[in-house]
Amino acid sequence: MAAKTLFQKVWENHLVRPQADDLPAVLYIDLHLVHEVTSPQAFTQLRERGLKVRRPDRTLATMDHSTPTTTRGADGIIPVTDVQASAQLDVMRKNAADFGINLYDLGTRNQGIVHVIGPEQGLTQPGMTIVCGDSHTSTHGAFGALAFGIGTSEVAMVLATQCLLQNKPKTMAVRVNGRLDAGITAKDIILAIIAKIGIGGGTGYVFEYMGEAIRALGMEGRMTICNMSIEGGARAGMIAPDDTTFEYIAGRPAAPKGADWDAAVEAWRQLPTDDGATFDDEIVLNADDLVPMITYGTNPGMGMPITGYVPDPDKAGDVSQKIALDKALTYMGLQPNQSLLGKPVDVVFIGSCTNSRIGDLREAAKIIRGRKVADGVRMMVVPGSQQVKTQAESEGLDRVFKEAGAEWREAGCSMCIAMNGDQLQPGQYAVSTSNRNFEGRQGKGGRTFLASPLTAAATAVRGVITDPRELVSEREYA
Amino acid sequence: MDPIKSFSGKVVALPINDIDTDQIIPARYLKVTDKNGLGAACFADWRYDADGSPKPDFPLNQPEHQGAAVLIGGHNFGCGSSREHAPWALVGAGFQAVISTYFADIFRNNALKNGLLPVVVDEQTHQQLISLAQEDPNTTVTVDLATQTVTLPDERKVTFPIDGFSKHCLLNGVDQLGYVLALDKDIASYENSNPHRVNTLLAV
Repeated sequence: MAAKTLFQKVWENHLVRPQADDLPAVLYIDLHLVHEVTSPQAFTQLRERGLKVRRPDRTLATMDHSTPTTTRGADGIIPVTDVQASAQLDVMRKNAADFGINLYDLGTRNQGIVHVIGPEQGLTQPGMTIVCGDSHTSTHGAFGALAFGIGTSEVAMVLATQCLLQNKPKTMAVRVNGRLDAGITAKDIILAIIAKIGIGGGTGYVFEYMGEAIRALGMEGRMTICNMSIEGGARAGMIAPDDTTFEYIAGRPAAPKGADWDAAVEAWRQLPTDDGATFDDEIVLNADDLVPMITYGTNPGMGMPITGYVPDPDKAGDVSQKIALDKALTYMGLQPNQSLLGKPVDVVFIGSCTNSRIGDLREAAKIIRGRKVADGVRMMVVPGSQQVKTQAESEGLDRVFKEAGAEWREAGCSMCIAMNGDQLQPGQYAVSTSNRNFEGRQGKGGRTFLASPLTAAATAVRGVITDPRELVSEREYA
Repeated sequence: MDPIKSFSGKVVALPINDIDTDQIIPARYLKVTDKNGLGAACFADWRYDADGSPKPDFPLNQPEHQGAAVLIGGHNFGCGSSREHAPWALVGAGFQAVISTYFADIFRNNALKNGLLPVVVDEQTHQQLISLAQEDPNTTVTVDLATQTVTLPDERKVTFPIDGFSKHCLLNGVDQLGYVLALDKDIASYENSNPHRVNTLLAV
């Protein structure tokens, strides 16, 4: 039998109809995650055509994008003051009720960012196809699932048919050899990969991350990496499942139990890419060479080692690159050849589907513990889900952050997408653990430096962009 | 959806690389529950001052570019978020086609489902069109999906790629959802031979 990649195996296992000449493949979808922002028009389409949701048992809805992360009232309810957001949330509630879909409503114990709750519940499993009207659906690929973002027309199609029309993408092996030093994280790996290939470098591809440095990561680090595949242009990124994966899933609410578990693990062990399977392209990175990464520009591909210098547009490869870099540096208020170390910031944001899981909060807390957020800096810590929030509070992490002067908030996308009122003011600088530094992404006129939770926490303490290794080395750090 | 016919339209250039969907339609405009009215917010942060008045130097605001139906962006148009609000906003702003050297995957898919043609041309043609549009705001091209050609002002025709199925659907107004709904037997057969492992209704 021909050697196959992980992607090929998952793809072929889900073909209702194979791709043929001028017809795209009909791909079956195992799990469809839904949120309030990209689904209303899809449900409208179903109503207009008199259609049902084909598989409510494979569909799960949450509220995350436009939800406030402000403190609960005395009644335990998170108040929604934005009239438009409130109406949108009501539409989500009505759609879930009318179509028989399970909804994790705002503030309930399992609610959270769509890409945090799937893995958390054990719904995200190896070998599955997973879609959501959200480009960071690539996150779930960390489990060896084929997971990608779709538009609202496709949301309607999956709701009605549990299938998607897809043309087979190309595959790219992304090999990360070597080992990470202390203070350097999964976020730094993925920022380095994107800086290397550029924001469009993975267009048309599905990535498979492999190599010693990837194998050494826990599931949360793997999710951080797969999450940002889309920032390199790839709709999906995958990592072969292994014992780390199985240990993470075991015992979660939706995980198989007993004999089903054994059968599932046996099937999952067949998924990794076979020896001799080929990819359409390959890139290689060495983790030994990595230092903490930070972005300087207005897309995630504009990143550099934190010890580096902002590039000079006059040395750009071609005219369009020079124009892009000039535009980015003007927006960011930066000069060519300057170091970012020591640059004052206004806000530090720890959160988003990239870096809001318990491990991310523990990492940040290691640096924050016993220290204070610098004067004049607003630090927001937004757990990815109510479950993460509860876990963090049981470990006392909320007190670590609050005692340092940081804001400990309710779960949601928050200032990653800045549509819920959590946002930068024009001209403000933020170090953010999120995934996009596009113009205005975190608030109109706001300026974002993307970095790891360690770099964000170190920056919060010093008030200026700081190499986290300076603070990590002061502490016992495992 | 209505079938797409050959059309001619004025061209406006935004020769900026990596135009992301947050620029095409900023997230704060996504709190809607329908598709209408997004055209006014298309490129809102580039188009309007803080007080909401149009910036005179932004091409889409200039009188000579009013009525443009073809937008030329830089390389990698439509990267970032999966929001279908991006093509809804572009269509709402009057565009029928976007020309670039390549498009982000999700944006391209979304555009094709809304009758907005993502037209990929080679770098030389791309550059030539940008120059023409900047020199003469009345620069007009003809886009013909049937022959997959763009006819430039000098009558030169350049071809563009499109997958056969999308082309067929756009030309004939074929409803893709209807096509898949008609495969119900195949889907049911797949479901019968692939029993599912998770049940989201039990996840409480």
